[in-house]
Amino acid sequence: MELQITIFGQLTDITGSSNIRIPAVSNTDELLAALKQQYPALGTAKFVVAVNKKIIQGNTALAANSSIALLPPFSGG
Amino acid sequence: MMQQTGIIQERYHRQVLLKEFGEQGQQRLAEAKVLVLGAGGLGCPALLYLAAAGVGTLGIVDFDTVSISNLHRQVLYGTEDIGQLKVLVAEQKLKAINPDINILTYPAKLDTALCLELFDSYDIILDGTDNFATRYMVNDACVLLQKPLVYGAVSRFEGQVAVFATDKTAVNYRDLFPQPPVEGEVLNCAEAGVLGVLPGIIGSMQANEVIKWITGMGEVLKNQLYTYHALYNQHMTVELSVVEENRKWMPKNEQEFLSTNYEWLCGIGVDAKEIDSKQLEALIAQEKLLVIDVREEGELPAITGVQHLKMPLSGLKEQLHTIDADTVVFICQSGKRSLQAANWLAEINTRINIYSLKGGVLHWKTYKQ
Repeated sequence: MELQITIFGQLTDITGSSNIRIPAVSNTDELLAALKQQYPALGTAKFVVAVNKKIIQGNTALAANSSIALLPPFSGG
Repeated sequence: MMQQTGIIQERYHRQVLLKEFGEQGQQRLAEAKVLVLGAGGLGCPALLYLAAAGVGTLGIVDFDTVSISNLHRQVLYGTEDIGQLKVLVAEQKLKAINPDINILTYPAKLDTALCLELFDSYDIILDGTDNFATRYMVNDACVLLQKPLVYGAVSRFEGQVAVFATDKTAVNYRDLFPQPPVEGEVLNCAEAGVLGVLPGIIGSMQANEVIKWITGMGEVLKNQLYTYHALYNQHMTVELSVVEENRKWMPKNEQEFLSTNYEWLCGIGVDAKEIDSKQLEALIAQEKLLVIDVREEGELPAITGVQHLKMPLSGLKEQLHTIDADTVVFICQSGKRSLQAANWLAEINTRINIYSLKGGVLHWKTYKQ
C-alpha cells in the first residue's frame, strides 16, 4: 500500500515532482518523518499539510484513500 | 442629468440584468470603497475589473515605477509608460475606462503607520503585494482594524486566493502560516519566475471575491484557501480553521503593531553579519571559534578543512542555549538557512560574535579548491 501526496509550489524543487508516493503510514507524524527522511530539505521548508482538503493541526490519522497535500506559502504578486 | 444617468445605466446594463446583482448590486458597488495594495501583476487585472464594474472609490497604493520586465503581466501599462509611477499611469488608464468613479492614488511604500491611516477609510482591502513582510503587515493591520482582506498570491504557474473576514470565526493568514519565512527561504517572482497570465487569473478572482463581498451575491472564499495550477488546470479548495495558538504572533494593539518591524521578521536588513570564505579562513585561527553546520542530516557535500558541529536547522531552536563560544559561524548549503540560524542566536545572545557564511558550503568548497 502506498499513499499519494500532492506537492505544491516550490516544494516540487525538493521532491522533483508534484505527485509523490510513499509506503503507507498511519498518521501525519509518521508521514512527515518518512518524507523528511526521503527529502531532507523538507525538514526546513515551510508548508502546511492538508488531509482530505482540510489543513490539519497536530497529528492526524491517515487512511489508504486519504488525499494529502503539502502547501507552501508564496508571496508573488 | 437624466441623460448621464441613462448612460450610467447602459454602462452597467449587462450586470444589472443579472437578478442576483440587479440595481441594488450596482448601487452597493457605487457606494463601496476598495483599497488595492500593489498595482502589479495581481493589482492590474483586479483594478481593471473593479473600475469597469463601477466600484465608487478605488484607492491604489504602490511606490514603484513601470519597468519593462513588468509588462508581460502588468496589463495596465504599455511600453511608453516605462519609468512612470504605476499609480499615476493606472489612474489615467482606469479613468479612461470609467470616468464615473473616484480614484485615489498613494505613491508610497506601505508601512505600519500608513496601514493604520489608510485602511480605516476603506470597506475592503485587496492584497496584491509581492513580499512576505508586507503581506504579514497587511494581514495584521486588517485583523486589528476589522477590515476584510482579499488575499491572492502567485508563484510560477500556481496561485492562491482566500478571503479573511472579520467575525470571530474568521481565519486570517496567521492561521495558515503563523510566521513569515525569512528572505530567500521562499523565492519571489523575480527569482522563481511567473507565467504572465497567471496573476491575470488570480487577480481577476480577487476582484470577483471583492464584488461578491460588496454585493452579497454567492459565497466568498471565507475560511477557505483556493489553489490553482495553470499548467494542469488543477484547482483545490482547502478548509482553514482558527488556530488560537498562532494568534500569539500577532500584535495585540495598534501601538504594538506600529512598533513591529516586519522587514526584520522576514530577515531583511538584519544585524547578523555575513562573512565570506576568506574571512572564515581568517577566523579559523581563533581559539574559541565554533563552526556549526545547520543543514539537515545527510546533506552533501560534507564540510572539510574546518572542525564543526552539526545542528540541523529543524531542531536548532531547542539547542540554541547550549551554544557557547566567543565567535560562532553558521554554515549551510547556500548561506540562507545559516543566516536565519545566526538571527535566531542573535535574538537570545548578545555576547557572542555571530556570523553566517555567505554562499555556504558551495562557496567554501570553491574557495578551498
